[in-house]
Amino acid sequence: MSLWEYANPRRFMAITDRVVAPAFGLAFLALAVGLIWGFFFTPDDFRQGATVKIIYLHVPSAMMAINIWVMMLVTSLVWLIRRHHVSALAAKAAAPVGATMTLIALLTGAIWGQPLWGTYWVWDPRLTSFLILFLFYLGYIALWASIEDPDAAADLTSVLCLVGSVFALLSRYAANFWARGFHQGATLSLDRDENISDVFWVPLLFCIAGFILLFIALVLMRTRTEIRRRRVHAITIRERAT
Amino acid sequence: MPDLGKYAVEVGLAYGVSLALLVGIVWISFVQSRSANHDLDAAEERWKNG
Repeated sequence: MSLWEYANPRRFMAITDRVVAPAFGLAFLALAVGLIWGFFFTPDDFRQGATVKIIYLHVPSAMMAINIWVMMLVTSLVWLIRRHHVSALAAKAAAPVGATMTLIALLTGAIWGQPLWGTYWVWDPRLTSFLILFLFYLGYIALWASIEDPDAAADLTSVLCLVGSVFALLSRYAANFWARGFHQGATLSLDRDENISDVFWVPLLFCIAGFILLFIALVLMRTRTEIRRRRVHAITIRERAT
Repeated sequence: MPDLGKYAVEVGLAYGVSLALLVGIVWISFVQSRSANHDLDAAEERWKNG
């Protein structure tokens, strides 16, 4: 079966109908295990004290903030190249979730930064590019809301998504590009010596899985909502014409 | 409850804000989904009955 068959709205609705509820269940389970384990059963860091527990929210949300924009970029490109409506609607559905993840990353980062850096905010390359990414999310959502013709909205928001991808990449690699600022480099690494200790890593892995599953469940449910809205819009237009 | 020491406010605030935002986006998505479902049922019924 071709991958493009999933782009058929009817087929998409039939398949996702069976996926959304289990995805929510698994997401809540993974989040509950990761957060309870991380909050109650991991030790304090010898330098950061109990603030290290913020890692279980900050790192997964920051990862999702960037990766959701990358997912929107891919679906926007699919829309621009192949004109599959489901892909444009999936990008639209993902944006509020991405904005929420970016806001969580910004707020938890600020709260974590105060005791460690002595300030909630610095115009550090990574923090600044994350703030710009958040503004891009808001702009993307506003652009969808401000254009009545859905295809024109999909075209323009796809172009905005391409432009915003620069900041999504910058927010991931800013610390490496400029090699300065308060924010540390990557928390996670395939190099065992560079990676965080196993005692923090395993519950963090559960939290990351939980955030990914929650995103999948949310984006599928929200895409289904957008398809239904599009169908209502089509029926209303037909009613007006007859 | 773990002893969070002098960072209890920061850690509590980070968890409170994050969980509130996560619950918020899930709740809004559910409400919008239900509303869209209801609107579609009504529109299809209308269309069927001419």
